[in-house]
Amino acid sequence: MDNANIDREEKLSPVKLHATQYIVALILFVLGVGLWRLQVLGGTNWRVLAEENRIRKVPVLAPRGRIFDREGRIIVDNYPSVTCYLVREQKNLDADLPQIANGLHLTVEQIQATIKHFQLTPKYQPIPIKQDITPDEQAFIEAHRNELPELETLDEQRRLYPRDGFAAHLIGYVGEVSENDLNQSRYAAYSPGDVVGKFGVEETYDEVLRGVDGSRDMIVNSHGKEVGVRGQELAQPGQDLRLTIDLDVQMAAEKALEGKIGAIVAMDPHTGEILAMASRPTFDPNQFSVRLSKAYWQSIMDDQDHPMMNKTIQAQLAPGSTFKIIMSLAGLQENVAQTMHVMCNGGGVFFGQFHACDRHHGMVDIQNAIPWSCDTFYYTLAAKLGIDTIARYGSSVGIGEKTGIDLPDEQAGIMPSQLWKLKTQHQPWYPGEVVSVGIGQGAVEATPLQLARAISGIASGGVLRRPHVVFPSEITPDELSAVQSSYPGSGDKTVPLTPENWQIITDAMAQTIQGNGTAAEARLEGVDFAGKTGTAQVMSHAALARSGGGHKTEPNAWFVGMAPRRNPDIVVAVLWEHANWGKNSAKLAAQVVDAYVNKQRMKAGNLQKVAAKPEETTPAGTGGTAPATATPTGQ
Amino acid sequence: MVRARFRDFDWVLLGFVLMLSVISVFEIRSATAMTKFHGFQEKQIGFLLVGLLLMFAISLVDYHRLLDIAYWAYGVGVVSLIAVRVVGQKVLGGRRWINLGGGVHFQPSEWVKLILILVMARFFWERVGEGRTLRWGDIGKAFLLIGVPLFMVLKQPDLGTSLTYLPILVAGLFLGGIRWKHAAILVLSVVVVGGIGWSTGKLLKPYQRARVTAFINPDSDPKGSGYQVRQSLIAVGSGGIWGKGTNKGTQTQGDFLPIPYTDFIFAAFCEEHGFVGAIGVLLLYFLILVRLIQNAQTAADPPGTLIIMGVMAVILFQVAINIGMCVGFMPVTGIPLPLMSYGGSSIIFTFLALGIVMNIRMRRFVN
Repeated sequence: MDNANIDREEKLSPVKLHATQYIVALILFVLGVGLWRLQVLGGTNWRVLAEENRIRKVPVLAPRGRIFDREGRIIVDNYPSVTCYLVREQKNLDADLPQIANGLHLTVEQIQATIKHFQLTPKYQPIPIKQDITPDEQAFIEAHRNELPELETLDEQRRLYPRDGFAAHLIGYVGEVSENDLNQSRYAAYSPGDVVGKFGVEETYDEVLRGVDGSRDMIVNSHGKEVGVRGQELAQPGQDLRLTIDLDVQMAAEKALEGKIGAIVAMDPHTGEILAMASRPTFDPNQFSVRLSKAYWQSIMDDQDHPMMNKTIQAQLAPGSTFKIIMSLAGLQENVAQTMHVMCNGGGVFFGQFHACDRHHGMVDIQNAIPWSCDTFYYTLAAKLGIDTIARYGSSVGIGEKTGIDLPDEQAGIMPSQLWKLKTQHQPWYPGEVVSVGIGQGAVEATPLQLARAISGIASGGVLRRPHVVFPSEITPDELSAVQSSYPGSGDKTVPLTPENWQIITDAMAQTIQGNGTAAEARLEGVDFAGKTGTAQVMSHAALARSGGGHKTEPNAWFVGMAPRRNPDIVVAVLWEHANWGKNSAKLAAQVVDAYVNKQRMKAGNLQKVAAKPEETTPAGTGGTAPATATPTGQ
Repeated sequence: MVRARFRDFDWVLLGFVLMLSVISVFEIRSATAMTKFHGFQEKQIGFLLVGLLLMFAISLVDYHRLLDIAYWAYGVGVVSLIAVRVVGQKVLGGRRWINLGGGVHFQPSEWVKLILILVMARFFWERVGEGRTLRWGDIGKAFLLIGVPLFMVLKQPDLGTSLTYLPILVAGLFLGGIRWKHAAILVLSVVVVGGIGWSTGKLLKPYQRARVTAFINPDSDPKGSGYQVRQSLIAVGSGGIWGKGTNKGTQTQGDFLPIPYTDFIFAAFCEEHGFVGAIGVLLLYFLILVRLIQNAQTAADPPGTLIIMGVMAVILFQVAINIGMCVGFMPVTGIPLPLMSYGGSSIIFTFLALGIVMNIRMRRFVN
């Protein structure tokens, strides 16, 4: 080919060449429009996405407030722990699961269940897959940082509860907020994975104890690797809480209940401060604070004696003869009991039916009816008063109504009346039913705390206090009123009680623990100890006969005791299930009172107050026979 | 033989080109700062220097000599594409490179692009020179000339590079005088066959479609091409009007944006320098492309015009596809942005192509 002879004619169209300039301009203009659309019009939205891409919010967990006893001794502490988190933005997560499961000693199914549980949580937020990991699990995560970048660890503070279920029902426990809880309005501010108080003080005072979690905005790259910190919001630690509990008294109560089924609650009747609260069987809150093992949960669910029940406020049982103090209040204030003289020949016929007393007490009046716990006397009194008068007095001291203690799930008990029966059973009240109510059987039901408060209230001249386990001064007035409105109850109240009647009842209660009293064995040398036993049957005689007996059919042993007898500094209510005789419980109460008194005596400042000499007043008619315990009879 | 004069060298065009090259070096530096590719800007400078050298060198050889050997070169090019299938290095699932030893790799598909520009120029010039419009037979031959190497590169597999051969054909047909009727029939049949094929799945079986999707992902990224496009859009969009600043693009620095120093360098640039910077780059491309067209218009003869327009078409095509991809108008095809993306083959092709353009310009007043 000869290039020298190239034809220079314009064979190529100049129009086409010119047109290409416009084509170029058009194409670049379209690209420019694309840039305008993205960068100018959509800039803000894309910036948000870019931030979400690179920022990962890592929670900084607020340490929960510690819990102390009234003297500042620690009951619940925190300990450092490491939780393994999973970042779900990793694309090939499923493929890694078997390796993760193996290294963390989980199953793939468990991890998948956790992922499902957190499916509504934004993807950029890591989710906890194993709490309180062991050092070797931590080493596994460290060693596989590159292969398994989706695993992260987070240091946090974890609850350390006393061992062996000590005060477990009082303190409660914490756990992950459940799906059910999240649907409730009071948990509106919580999100999945949050740790929340689930029982006891931990639940009631959750908002005080929990603090405010902070967060750290980590800058991450596309592999989820952290390359820096953009900012952080510090966690506000939860507030420490001082309980009204006295560890020494609590320890005495725990020790007294060892190996038994029942409950002990001790309170300062002047203020309503709970000094000790123990319930048996108990549970280990430490098992709940990490991941609850299925086996442990099953063992708790299978236990017929309800380890998860705080019996001091949740056991609604027939109070038995302890109710006779309330009967005495009604009888004396109605001016009926003062003049009553009842001949006890081992029972009597009321409303056409024979009701038994466990002994032949002979001539009984109010002064010895209490220490001897004579059923015949109270059958007679109940018949005279009628159910509605009894109910009025029972209700006035808080039976059938929550006390308003600052603990969850308190039960109200039952104070039967004509109206109550009509409402609940749609049947009229049968007048003869009042007889068993007179000895704390029949439909009447009370919790140990209710009895402690009612009877100590009577011993305090009719002044009843709202029981509480946290000093009101520990929290703000707003928090206090929030707690009080969340846990309504009869609260502080004063019941009319004449000084004479006050003296009669308190002196008679002191006699219970003297010579012929039903709880003479519980006598404490040098302590003005007073109280009332109760032996409450758990099933009718007919049912007992059918069941063929056995331990679980034995009556419950009750005792409500206090020191000193008037304006007591401490009241102790003891429920010992199936312990047969109230005096057995009285001995437990005596141990608790003894611990309290010894402690007060050791404190020089309090010496006079507690070491008061027991009044050696002898109630009229001490000429009774052997000490008698009230055994319920009738239906 | 004509005498070339460096006074007629297009220094303005070279100025624009070097401005883009400098921007490229800085953006590569920023985009690789946090990665193991840190320092790539220095290699890029090396490529640019070699490119400049080659540009000056090739401008000294009369382009008519290049046209003379075009068909021979075409033959060698096809052989080199066969060679790459036999002795080529398998990188990321495809055989595209021949190792020349000493750390130098050679990608035949890039220089085949240059050969195709020359071959097309000669092919259409011969038709135009005869003073007749294109017949179906000419169109068929042109398709065959482009189609053979295109298919071979496609099978490497390298969808991106093979697609860059198409604008050479289109520019040739357009300027070579294709009849409107023929053009309409061609466009229509491509649209119909392609449309029916894709929508009914008869042209491509599902696994072939998946293959096309895999082509779209040259780096076999496990996160998928949808993820890449999305990250690119976030990068570009979040740059806003003024950008986040050099080394401050979170998408670029956090490795969210895939390969921010090669195929997605424009997205990285948009993130760090915003709409203002992006428009500036678009403007530079506009100036370069218009300058090329002007050189084509003032070329001494039709083959010169055809060559320059071929170069222009390839650069325009790559700019449109690459930036279109970064702003979400185009799928991910793995086509580098000329003068911006990191990479020796791309730089050397571009500078060689520009060298031929200079070559033609220097000889416009000769003869």
